[in-house]
Amino acid sequence: MTDVAPSAPARPAAFGKTREIFLSSPVVTVASLLMLVIVLAAIFAPWLTPHDPTRLSPGERLKPPSDVFWLGTDAFGRDLFSRIVQGGRISLIIGVGAAVFATFAGLALGLVAGFIRSLDAIIMRIVDGLMAIPNILLAIAIVALSGASLWTVLVAITIPEIPRVVRLVRSVVLSAREEPYVEAAIAAGSSTWRILGRHLLPNTVAPLIVQGTYICASAILIEAILSFLGAGISPETPTWGNIMAEGRIYFQINPGIVLWPGLVVSIAILSINLVGDAVRDALDPRMAKRGIDR
Amino acid sequence: MSDLLKIEGLRIALEGGGPEVVRGVDLAIREGETMCLVGESGSGKSLSALATMGLLPRNLEIRGGSIRLEGEEMLTASTRRMRALRATAMSMIFQEPMTALNPVARVGAQIDEVLKAHTDMDPGARRDRTLAMMDAVHLPDPERLFSSFPHQISGGQRQRIMIAMALILRPRLLIADEPTTALDVTTQKQILGLIRELREEQGTAVLFITHDMGVVAEIADDVTVLKLGEVMETQPVEQLLRRPRTEYARQLLASVPNAIPRPPRPATDASTVLAVQDLRKVYTSSTLFGRKRENTAAKDVTFDLKRGRTLGIVGESGSGKSTVARCIVRLIDPTSGSIRIAGSEIATLSQSAVKPHRRRVQIVFQDPMRSLNPRLEVGESIIEGPTNFGTPKAEAMERAKELLELVGLPRSAVDRFPHQFSGGQRQRIAIARALAMDPDLLVADEAVSALDVSVQAQVLELFAEIQKRLGVALLFITHDLRVAAQICDEVMVMQRGEVVEHGPAARVLAEPEHPYTQSLIEAAPGRHWDFAAFRPVAEAPAAAARGG
Repeated sequence: MTDVAPSAPARPAAFGKTREIFLSSPVVTVASLLMLVIVLAAIFAPWLTPHDPTRLSPGERLKPPSDVFWLGTDAFGRDLFSRIVQGGRISLIIGVGAAVFATFAGLALGLVAGFIRSLDAIIMRIVDGLMAIPNILLAIAIVALSGASLWTVLVAITIPEIPRVVRLVRSVVLSAREEPYVEAAIAAGSSTWRILGRHLLPNTVAPLIVQGTYICASAILIEAILSFLGAGISPETPTWGNIMAEGRIYFQINPGIVLWPGLVVSIAILSINLVGDAVRDALDPRMAKRGIDR
Repeated sequence: MSDLLKIEGLRIALEGGGPEVVRGVDLAIREGETMCLVGESGSGKSLSALATMGLLPRNLEIRGGSIRLEGEEMLTASTRRMRALRATAMSMIFQEPMTALNPVARVGAQIDEVLKAHTDMDPGARRDRTLAMMDAVHLPDPERLFSSFPHQISGGQRQRIMIAMALILRPRLLIADEPTTALDVTTQKQILGLIRELREEQGTAVLFITHDMGVVAEIADDVTVLKLGEVMETQPVEQLLRRPRTEYARQLLASVPNAIPRPPRPATDASTVLAVQDLRKVYTSSTLFGRKRENTAAKDVTFDLKRGRTLGIVGESGSGKSTVARCIVRLIDPTSGSIRIAGSEIATLSQSAVKPHRRRVQIVFQDPMRSLNPRLEVGESIIEGPTNFGTPKAEAMERAKELLELVGLPRSAVDRFPHQFSGGQRQRIAIARALAMDPDLLVADEAVSALDVSVQAQVLELFAEIQKRLGVALLFITHDLRVAAQICDEVMVMQRGEVVEHGPAARVLAEPEHPYTQSLIEAAPGRHWDFAAFRPVAEAPAAAARGG
């Protein structure tokens, strides 16, 4: 017949392609390096911080940057640099945790909604309902109802992210279930679970990895916003949002308390998104043209 | 007559030093001539045409050669010049009329756009010209169709709109890339007639790309045969069909199925494998206000199929032939009627209750690219069914290897992935997968339609061979009467969900009773040629024409 491009998805790019992705453009390389620095700093925070990030020293309040305090101190005399490095831990735990939980929960619901017609309407109406509420409001409501702790904040940030994953997985499943190889599996007497796990699930991996990076970036931002609004993790724990929230009163005296963590949040989110875009381009060239709607 | 289009030494390669896919093609078309470009997948026939239009995909580059239209070099022409030449000097129609038209613009406006871009006519004159052109391509009621959207008109009408767009500025050259491949045979016949008629009226030269020798016999003056980017031979059509010069062209012609039914096999008293009684499938859709709309896809279908026999269900798109097949495999639920597989009723069983019966009926699909999971090794795909029914994995894998040998592939194929095989090989794998269940009935749903003719002939042979060795019953769904003639004992013709004719293949194809069957046979392209014998059917000895 005529030269028709195969409509079936090509085999997903192997993970050995990682190197290729990170060297795909200078911007991506820089973003990957920045991301690596932030992650390493968070992991090795206890050894990297020159001062105890929670030690109060009233005598050193609101100092400008110096040899001793690289980025200056806050209103309680705590070292700003140490607090930002330490704060990265919470932010990254929230980011990665939200991405992992939202992806798995969304994957399970999306597979079921896409393949089992009778449950589709029920799941999707709940999901649509959740999507109608702005992420931050929903997160604030959940934290307000259950009290602020790392876990409740993580749950509060994860739940609003689930609907998008469900919709994504469901759409992939809906198109994949019409493929003849799925019908062949039905004709071969395969059970629903086997079809879901073996024939449909692998199709969702590539878009999910990409979606996961976006969720991670978005979760870090929402955590910062929650903390800034005072609805997040309790103020004595350093997180990027908490540091900024405390610093806003002293903005005129030492603007660095707001600007430095703000800059780190921006860099973290930007580099995660850039790496996510690069992974998307490598795994699914068709999506690159349209851009994912977020 | 002088050459209107002259292609010399055209070479096209994958970008960045990749392999060449068109390797030195020479082609010349005289004014008012129809040149058919024939070849199988990957022969470079579409690429040569796209290069002429300046529309090559971005990942391809031209390595060398020249393309001259009326003496003007196309390969070095500026983008602007190419844009001016398209539609005025040369134009193109494509295979898929649905995707070639903009779905959100009215068809009249789309034809009008060509005039707007290339002429300075005023809107009134453009409208008159458009309507006149729509009339010239024999569209019924042009006034009404002018303001229709593409989805509101039929496939044949859409292709007429495409032709109207292509020819409204009376270009000297029309490039038609498989323009009838996506159409039913009866519609194909009309479109071929239309292209012939317009060529005579307007004196347009036509470069007609096709894989179908039947179409070539209908429309060509001259034929160029391509294989893997190289010209095999160029000859006037009659000479090519009678005396092909190259071995490749000879093979290509020899594999074209003719519409002469195969010799009938003696009647059998084998047991009945499949008995279908009054099968009916109705699709109901309700509108926003709860009004129900019913669409009967299959109506009162009744037939039997015995062990070791082949029944062909033939019909055009929308005839319900695939619906019947999918009901029998229980991929969809029949609305009413009875389906008995080796005596057990399966039509009314629930999806879970039907599972134990699944191994008796297996299906082979049309598109070999999509019918195997691209992420699973071939062996895994084949043993999925047997392991579902409790066969130990090692035993099933051993059997998979035997089956791959049976369908003509090496045993080592079990460890490879589908993308490492060609379309024909994948179809063999799909057949092996179906056979792994030891089915009583094999349903082939357009199983050879997506394959090149030479591969098609081999796969048809494989089906016949398997049937002989395993005695499986075959239900063969096809739109192509010529394919049905090659393999079927009985033929059932369907039209709009109803069976209009059913009988032994030799009788139905040679002496059709129903007017619809007659029109299908009448429309089969190249039915006057017996390609494999290199002569017109009329010149054949009487005995051979009867298939005896």
